[in-house]
Amino acid sequence: MKYFFRKIGLLLFALFVAMTLNFFIPRMMPGDPARELIDRMQGIPPEAMESIRIAFGLDTKDTLIVQYGKYLLNVLKGELGISLSRFPTPVRDVLKIAIPWTLGLMGFATILSFFIGTILGIGAAWSRNKRWATLTVGTFIFIRSFPYFWLGLLFIYFFGFRLQVFPIGNAYSFYVQKGGWDYFLSVLYHGFLPALTITVSSLGGWILTMRNNMINVLAEDYITVALAKGLPLRRIKNLYAAKNAMLPSITSFAMSLGFVVGGGLLTEMVFAYPGVGLMLWQAVQAKDYAMMQAIFLFISVAVLIANFLADLAILLLDPRVRDSGR
Amino acid sequence: MKETLPESILECQDLVAGYELKAGFVRAVDGVSFALKRGEFLGIAGESGCGKTTLAYAVMRLFRDNAKIKSGKILFGGKDITHAPEEEIKKLRWEHISMVFQSAMNALNPVLQIGEQLTDGWLAHKRGEVREAKARALEVLKLVDIPEDRYNAYPHQLSGGMKQRVMIAMALMLQPEVIILDEPTTALDVVVQRTIIEKIQELRKTFRFSVIFITHDLSLLVEISDLLAIMYAGKIVEYGPASEVFYNPVHPYTRGLMASFPTLSGPIVRMGGIEGKPPDLIDPPSGCRFYPRCPDRHDGCDRDTPPLRQVRPGHFAACDGE
Repeated sequence: MKYFFRKIGLLLFALFVAMTLNFFIPRMMPGDPARELIDRMQGIPPEAMESIRIAFGLDTKDTLIVQYGKYLLNVLKGELGISLSRFPTPVRDVLKIAIPWTLGLMGFATILSFFIGTILGIGAAWSRNKRWATLTVGTFIFIRSFPYFWLGLLFIYFFGFRLQVFPIGNAYSFYVQKGGWDYFLSVLYHGFLPALTITVSSLGGWILTMRNNMINVLAEDYITVALAKGLPLRRIKNLYAAKNAMLPSITSFAMSLGFVVGGGLLTEMVFAYPGVGLMLWQAVQAKDYAMMQAIFLFISVAVLIANFLADLAILLLDPRVRDSGR
Repeated sequence: MKETLPESILECQDLVAGYELKAGFVRAVDGVSFALKRGEFLGIAGESGCGKTTLAYAVMRLFRDNAKIKSGKILFGGKDITHAPEEEIKKLRWEHISMVFQSAMNALNPVLQIGEQLTDGWLAHKRGEVREAKARALEVLKLVDIPEDRYNAYPHQLSGGMKQRVMIAMALMLQPEVIILDEPTTALDVVVQRTIIEKIQELRKTFRFSVIFITHDLSLLVEISDLLAIMYAGKIVEYGPASEVFYNPVHPYTRGLMASFPTLSGPIVRMGGIEGKPPDLIDPPSGCRFYPRCPDRHDGCDRDTPPLRQVRPGHFAACDGE
């Protein structure tokens, strides 16, 4: 329990630090959002301009510390400001649309990749002298070595452009009614290629990690003991070897789940998928500070929470960790 | 297997086993023969790397990867198991022959409770219920003086001595005819060592299983073994009743080992050791393997491999001596 509370304390502290950095770093960057706004809103009467500046909070006479306090309060209330590039939509509403797409696509692909990769890794370590094992590991490590957006471009070129069996952009077809079975199918259809890209290109990492951990564990004495006990091989493979070998993999899995929120920036760009990654890219292009800040904050928070969950998972799986915190 | 005849329960005949490397085959066990009778206690001593553990693994057929049995035979209860299929060996293991491993620290799965590790072997062999397995586990834990409430403990919650006793309890689960103990006390301090040895002796008297006790600590073996085998560079160089081998050693290597540890009551003397290092087992020297280090060598030692010959009734040594 002490471990648990210590981890919670650590999480809260890290969240605070992330929010603080997120406030100060943009203010240390060159460039002036007010100037940016004025350039963008050319031809708008000065009185209107003034009220827009007030709306964005760019007129402030407050000291930095007071601004910081207001910022913290606003973030806790979920007020993330107004998007500059999609004026006058609040950032929160823009993100609300983008996040489900990213979570769905990236989350699904990451989880799928982790499970398939881990299972293949277990198999590849268990029968590491067999040809299929060497072949599988080799193939996916080879695939992992090319950039994933390039793989995405390749898929788009062949399946989307040449064969025209898959769409080349967007998350769903504009011709179907939102909600309902057709819409669901359309989402699956549009998500297939990007999900395939991410899964296939990240599979190699999971296979390799799991295989290496597992081979190390297989050399442990307790595996020999399990063999000497005449246990069924399946039990040795799953409960003696894989359970121990999986502990490090779970930590990196949780970390990668954290980064899911950031979106596969390049994948979403390549597939024109309306997720957080694409949103971030557009925000950077448009110098939409509020938007960038909100996305960065989201990514940091997600990574921190994912790490926290990883710690909890390890707590459940590894009795040694459970005790060390007592 | 309930004959009353004092036939051998476990026998090795001219066993050659070792590891396949790029440089060649490492003959870690090279032409070893012995016969273990029911209820007998065989001690095997020798320095690190002499092939003791390889021998134990070969007998249990625990070889993996590049480890191989090259030639010779292993007989269990008169049945040749040298090349028996894996399924058959799986049934033999633990139910008839079990093993206590060198380092209890690493021999227990860190993420499973010891109760589960005790019962899973039992359940793999007997078609019984978990409840029965648990009852048996509590019984064997009691035999090695581990309190019942430790049944749900994880390995890291136990001390080194306790872990080793859990391993012994585990080996007793199915009441095997033979238990191999591979340096069971090496990682423990002398006081704990003593209690473990006494425990093994006591259990052996009650349950009458045969023991192969492997150690590099010869002094440990003398008082507990019936038979003593001294191994050097993959070969048994001396073999016989424990007291015989201990008090009248014939082979120069055995004598060297004896001179390497002090007596408790004698005068304080500077201990002798054995000069040099054991030979390369991929390409062993011709003739007697101990020849390069032997203080008593003479012409011809480097030519012919001396066979084990009887020096006194039941006492064999692989040295023609002088």
